[in-house]
Amino acid sequence: MELTGAEIIVRSLLDLGVRHVFGYPGGSVLHIYDAIFKTPEIQHILCRHEQGAVHAADGYARVTGEVGVALVTSGPGATNALTGLATANMDSIPLVCLTGQVPVDLIGNDAFQEADTVGITRSCTKHNFLVRHVADLARVLREAFHIARTGRPGPVVVDLPKDVTAARCDYVHTDGEVKIRSYNPTVIGNSRQVKKAVAMLLESSRPMIYTGGGVILANAAPELTRFTRLLGAPITNTLMGLGGFPATDPQFVGMLGMHGTYEANMAVSHCDLLVAIGARFDDRVTGKISQFAPSAKIIHVDIDPTSISKNVKVHLPIVGDVKNVLGQMNALLEAQGARDHQPDLKPWWDQIQSWRDKHCLNYTQKQDWIQPQFVIETLNRLTRSEAIVATDVGQHQMWAAQFYPFDRPRYWLTSGGLGTMGYGLPAAMGAKVARPDETVLLITGDGSIQMNIQELATCRQFHIPVKIAILNNNYLGMVRQWQEIFYEGRYSHSHMAFGPDFVKLAEAYGAVGLRATRPEEVEPVIKKALEIDNTVVMDFRVAEESNVYPMVPAGKALNEMILL
Amino acid sequence: MRHVISVLVENEAGVLSRVAGLFAARGFNIESLTVAPAGDEQTSRITLVSEGDDEIIEQIIKQLNKLIPVIHVVDLTEGAHVERELMLVKVTAEKEVRAEVLRIADIFRSRVVDATPNSFMIEVTGDATKLDACLELLKPLGVIELVRTGQVALSRGNRGMIKN
Repeated sequence: MELTGAEIIVRSLLDLGVRHVFGYPGGSVLHIYDAIFKTPEIQHILCRHEQGAVHAADGYARVTGEVGVALVTSGPGATNALTGLATANMDSIPLVCLTGQVPVDLIGNDAFQEADTVGITRSCTKHNFLVRHVADLARVLREAFHIARTGRPGPVVVDLPKDVTAARCDYVHTDGEVKIRSYNPTVIGNSRQVKKAVAMLLESSRPMIYTGGGVILANAAPELTRFTRLLGAPITNTLMGLGGFPATDPQFVGMLGMHGTYEANMAVSHCDLLVAIGARFDDRVTGKISQFAPSAKIIHVDIDPTSISKNVKVHLPIVGDVKNVLGQMNALLEAQGARDHQPDLKPWWDQIQSWRDKHCLNYTQKQDWIQPQFVIETLNRLTRSEAIVATDVGQHQMWAAQFYPFDRPRYWLTSGGLGTMGYGLPAAMGAKVARPDETVLLITGDGSIQMNIQELATCRQFHIPVKIAILNNNYLGMVRQWQEIFYEGRYSHSHMAFGPDFVKLAEAYGAVGLRATRPEEVEPVIKKALEIDNTVVMDFRVAEESNVYPMVPAGKALNEMILL
Repeated sequence: MRHVISVLVENEAGVLSRVAGLFAARGFNIESLTVAPAGDEQTSRITLVSEGDDEIIEQIIKQLNKLIPVIHVVDLTEGAHVERELMLVKVTAEKEVRAEVLRIADIFRSRVVDATPNSFMIEVTGDATKLDACLELLKPLGVIELVRTGQVALSRGNRGMIKN
């Protein structure tokens, strides 16, 4: 069947199972938009900025595990998408971003709305393609989806010159595996390495499990839970790994790292065996690298060989899909009757209990000002820990990670790697499109929300009712906190003395605005917000100079935490 | 330590910039880099010389492997291999010096590929140290300009980089 390039794109998307596309039209993608117009099976969400479109596709991908799809035009459309791509790349989120391009014979001529998209997205994507011939189009799209979702997932850009989308070509529906000879991720763990790992696990008297976003991406939460139970060891998650293991389980010691719990960081600092699974020893996790887990042997399971021994030298690497490798280890542990062969872990758990007894997340909610932590605890209580939670970046992000427990994977959306302010609203939007029956909360700050606030219009137009909680302290709170602690309180340009009236702003966008200025107003505002079938902006006027504790100062070791 | 890394890649647009971009973005150093089609239509072979401790070289190899169009990566320095580089060097050569230039060329089994009344162009092939040694002797005589290809290398023995 002969189709135009644009029709081939839309047919390919349908054949690849795509039902939602987040995008923004422009000159060089008009053929594609015309084909979308004629394809009611694909719902296109018109975002208000290309960055928002890519973050929305990212949020969609995080909650579903499917490849999120964004469509933007050439030039500024593509450059606006960059932050979204870099965000997804750092967090290994499967995305395909279709970018318009000027016609092939104008490429390199500084044509109107031309940018070297393949050049400028090379370092912030997993891979990218420029399609020069319509005959390559269907194959490239299949390869793009395959690359985005397999191995260590990531964003893939497909750059589409306008004339290629107009040219005609036969389209044949193809099923089955995509084969790329130069791309074959290792998915099964080497069985000898797995055996060695199990032997190490059974010898350890102070084991510690440390897991990251890889567990979520690999849908390995059930295997991880089984593994943790079999071993009886304490487990900590990275910011990206939250939800990989039930946060309310007694074996969970909280998040680790800069704003992790005291018990998690102390346990990592004192364990004799650290099992890192789908985590990458980021600097925000390790603190001073030379003093990270100083007395531990380290086992590292990851699908990406480059993550292994990049920051921390490991004793036993296992390359593979963490779901498979955990399954392999569980089978061996079950066969051997793990608990009968292990040293007694009780002294280790006793020690962990003594660290827990510090109650490192304590804070005091006084009569006058709303404490930001109190808002999150109340949100948690009123949503029964069941909401999908998106955040932006800064203090509110850390408080959300500390005070909203995730018992399930894919309920937590945060820009962990790149730390992108402005991520939250579009990501929450994408999540709500994918999961319309779930409550989707955005926990954000007065700084972050203003970086993509235009997406409130998208929420209204497509009836995407997300609940937005702004912890409004008139500061870029995390910047201010660092200035307070490390720059003797010189608050250089972290004070946003003027901010918009978020209630009126919400109303201007057709959303509902609510405000709480006193502690007793917090609960009624949240209750009301959850009852309204519309996007709601809750403006919580919180204590201006609250800090996130505990805290490992940058460059210090994990056991040098500042407690409140 | 100095490592010679051979990289077999798909012969498609942009591969070289992916490789070069990787080295720039991650701060790995490149001493030399050569690239040319590998004898068939589909693949090219890149030979990279880089300096770094074992951890860095391990990262370089893993990162190269991670690039989608990279088919195979081998650190040739791990085994017996042959390295070659070609240099063209233009030397001032007048009157009595002409014989001296030709003698040096002969010692290094190089060839004169161009001559004028007051200059020679010499083509020298060998590993990098041989080229350096030759250049040391020619410099005092007056080198006008020179160009080097960078190292290419293959492992010794009857096996190829990938089993066919």
